[in-house]
Amino acid sequence: MLGTAVIVFRETLEAALIVTIVLAATRGIQRRGAWIGAGVAAGLCGAFAMAGAAEAIAGSFEGMGQELFNAGVLLAAVAMLGWHHLWMAEHGRSLALELRKMTDAVRGGGRTLVALSLAVGLAVLREGAETVLFLQGLATTEPTRDIVVGLALGAGAGAVIGTLLYFGLVRIPVRHFFRVTGWLIVALAAGLAAQSARFLEQANVLPALASAVWDTSSLLTESSLPGQLLHVLVGYTARPSGLQLVFYAVTLVTLIVAARRLHGASVSGPRMSRAA
Amino acid sequence: MRSAIGVLMLAFAGLALADDPAFELAIRDHRFFPSEIAVPAGQRIKLVVKNEDATPEEFESKQLNREKVVPGKSQATIFVGPLKPGEYSFVGEYHEKTAIGKLVAR
Repeated sequence: MLGTAVIVFRETLEAALIVTIVLAATRGIQRRGAWIGAGVAAGLCGAFAMAGAAEAIAGSFEGMGQELFNAGVLLAAVAMLGWHHLWMAEHGRSLALELRKMTDAVRGGGRTLVALSLAVGLAVLREGAETVLFLQGLATTEPTRDIVVGLALGAGAGAVIGTLLYFGLVRIPVRHFFRVTGWLIVALAAGLAAQSARFLEQANVLPALASAVWDTSSLLTESSLPGQLLHVLVGYTARPSGLQLVFYAVTLVTLIVAARRLHGASVSGPRMSRAA
Repeated sequence: MRSAIGVLMLAFAGLALADDPAFELAIRDHRFFPSEIAVPAGQRIKLVVKNEDATPEEFESKQLNREKVVPGKSQATIFVGPLKPGEYSFVGEYHEKTAIGKLVAR
């Protein structure tokens, strides 16, 4: 039962942290809870569907269907998160300044809600499918009660960590808040991009370029709780391949530079000369 | 620019044509057979994981940065490397107590 809880916790932690970051980043936007909740629910349904189709997916594309699907889902999430970030860079000034007075800004901010709820749904889909497969396999030998308790404990622990992170984030003063969530979104997107690189290497779609560019597993392993948290939040890997680093850097730089340009362009008047 | 494209095409052609050495790994009763595989360092290799159990297993290695679900009674191919010499552990994530193994790259 405890073993089940640990495995479920690991799978749900990533999804929980993504939900938290997206909830924080959309703070103040009307009905964002409903949208994100819908994303989670859709992701869960998708997870069951995916688990049911696991054999078919795995066998497709010369046995690389799973990798292509995972990489695709991850990159789609990167695109969703990136679009939200760039939209915020262009339109977010009013949101940053006035958390309470949000009429036009809120209506506009809702436009990225679909993208974000998709990103959340995709994360839940990916982690959820692995969890469903695991639990289905367990069901052949373990009593259902143990499985359900393990599932509740593991998923509950993941939800607790996500909630703690959220309450930690909302204590940040308003004038810094959206800048911090902006950084979190960018780091998350870069980390997901690096994860997609792993799957592309695994399927031999792209070369690894270099293995274990550094090895910090003696300092912090991904199996530990802080390692897992860093893995999701900033994409920490103890032994990154060259391709992972390239995907990470390209995503990071692209989002930062594009956001700067858009933000600078949205500033009117004499300060335009400083934007470059 | 054209030479860059040419180089890229050669690199990807190399990817497609290269015959990477393959190593078989079986999952039986939630254990890996063999539990230790010697592989050449410095080149890409193919791991063919045959799941002989009825239930799915997830091959996962943090050290190799690989994870793949292998449905019951089926097999999966996983590309790994090129690896630096050393030991790389992997597990069957759904049965981590018994499904443990390592790649030894030399």
